[in-house]
Amino acid sequence: MYAQLVETGAAETSEKDREFQAKIDRGVRIEANDWMPEGYRKTLIRQIGQHAHSEIVGQLPEGNWITRAPSLQRKAILLAKVQDEAGHGLYLYCAAETLGISRDEMTAQLLAGKAKYSSIFNYPTLTWADIGAVGWLVDGAAIMNQVPLQRCSYGPYSRAMIRICKEESFHQRQGFDIMRQLCQGTEDQKAMAQDALNRWWWPSLMMFGPSDKDSVHSEQSMKWGIKQNTNDELRQKFVDQTVPQAEWLGLTVPDPDLAWNEDKGGYDFGEPDWTEFYEVLKGNGPCNRDRLAARNKAWDDGAWYRDGLTAHAEKQQTIAAE
Amino acid sequence: MDPLVTFCLRMGDTTLILGQQTAAWCGHAPVLEEDIAFANMGLDLIGQTQLWYEIAAEAEGKGRTPDDLAFFRTERQFLNAQLVERPNVDFAHALMRQYLFDAWHLPMQEALCESGHEAIRDLAQKSVKEVRYHIDRSRDLIVRLGDGSEESRAKMQGALDALWPYADDLMATDEVEETLAAQGVLPGLDRVRAAFEAETAATMSRATLEIPGNGHARIGGRTGIHTETMGYILAEMQSIPRSFPDARW
Repeated sequence: MYAQLVETGAAETSEKDREFQAKIDRGVRIEANDWMPEGYRKTLIRQIGQHAHSEIVGQLPEGNWITRAPSLQRKAILLAKVQDEAGHGLYLYCAAETLGISRDEMTAQLLAGKAKYSSIFNYPTLTWADIGAVGWLVDGAAIMNQVPLQRCSYGPYSRAMIRICKEESFHQRQGFDIMRQLCQGTEDQKAMAQDALNRWWWPSLMMFGPSDKDSVHSEQSMKWGIKQNTNDELRQKFVDQTVPQAEWLGLTVPDPDLAWNEDKGGYDFGEPDWTEFYEVLKGNGPCNRDRLAARNKAWDDGAWYRDGLTAHAEKQQTIAAE
Repeated sequence: MDPLVTFCLRMGDTTLILGQQTAAWCGHAPVLEEDIAFANMGLDLIGQTQLWYEIAAEAEGKGRTPDDLAFFRTERQFLNAQLVERPNVDFAHALMRQYLFDAWHLPMQEALCESGHEAIRDLAQKSVKEVRYHIDRSRDLIVRLGDGSEESRAKMQGALDALWPYADDLMATDEVEETLAAQGVLPGLDRVRAAFEAETAATMSRATLEIPGNGHARIGGRTGIHTETMGYILAEMQSIPRSFPDARW
């Protein structure tokens, strides 16, 4: 998954800042112990933290269907996928920890509603076809966002992304495979697949963030080599890749303005409903409250477990000291 | 029913229902590492289920698939031990259920590694590695949380008290197992109970937990008698295939 609307602030202009920028311009990776501007550090903490939270919250909409997956094989694949997402969360929290913030602090920010996660997870998974659509579209969009991050200027993030991208492409394929099976199935199954595409198409396009003309945070991130492409570039790439896949499946993309544009060698397409995007971002999406409540419940209900393990470790330390 | 089919269903149903219960923790566990661990165990258990059902389906010879066995049988036709259908009351119950299952599953799989039935032997030799890892993990957590804080000890003791009476159902045997033992399909079955008792006694002692002495053993799962939770588990698990019986997924 990915991060959105990460605030960067402006770069300082000291000698050190200029040297830092020169290093990035030469393509030298920044490592945890290297000097870095505060703005760079904070931007990365926010971005990696959001990305990690997205993986964690992202378990919920898909986990919603693990117990109801319609075959043993689908159940196993979905379990493996959700397990991967949790693993991605773990790598990413570790990458963020190299910047001087702890996983517990980041978790506290998420649970208090102070840290963002990808808004896409505030939409509900209503049928089995949604699991296909999420894999195909949401993971597909995530890959578009994440592939360039493998070249991110910050070493630990870039290396985490290399591992994550390998697994994400498997996730996308499994989602597409669910859709393929549905589209080759009964009338009910085809209808289920089309309905899922109708509901997930626009939120997936929104995953790339607002249009470049309205995106205030991109410029500094691009200069620092944290971000490599603009929102609109990635969105265009996603549409160009996905529309032929929908056609192959025999599904209709729910956009009356969608048309091939020979001159630009890509599709023209309609504008997502940005009012909806900002509403979901503000906490007013269909599942924002449920998602945070579920994460808070897991954390609160698990307090005895974490305290118990700590108590045991302390006892062991005391014994060892005696 | 052919004793071999019955036995494979007893095994496969037990791993399936536990896998189902385990998988439900995904995204809801007390720490991220447990989300990962529970998904991982669920995955192993679902994989083992597929193997048991393949053997059962082939021995039965009626053309049923593993998915038919999972999704188109009713409560009374499921032969899992009652322990695994006990609800996810809290994470202490989930851990204790897992540990008691593991304490039986490991010696069972070790015995099956010597089975005279080739497919079962192959299954056991593959699964036993997974099961060893499961019990290493679950035993460690029972000890640390039992001998942890006052609260964690109380939670684990509560789970043990609630679940211990169901442990016997894992080991319940009848003429099905006796027949298979006589055929060499099920060697060393008598060692399983002793291994379970030694394992649980040693671990509970390290965990400072007391094994309850007076619980009347709850058995019946092996002949399709379940607890009230079972119908709900199946209703949830089977909902899509039963709503669209002609569909493939």
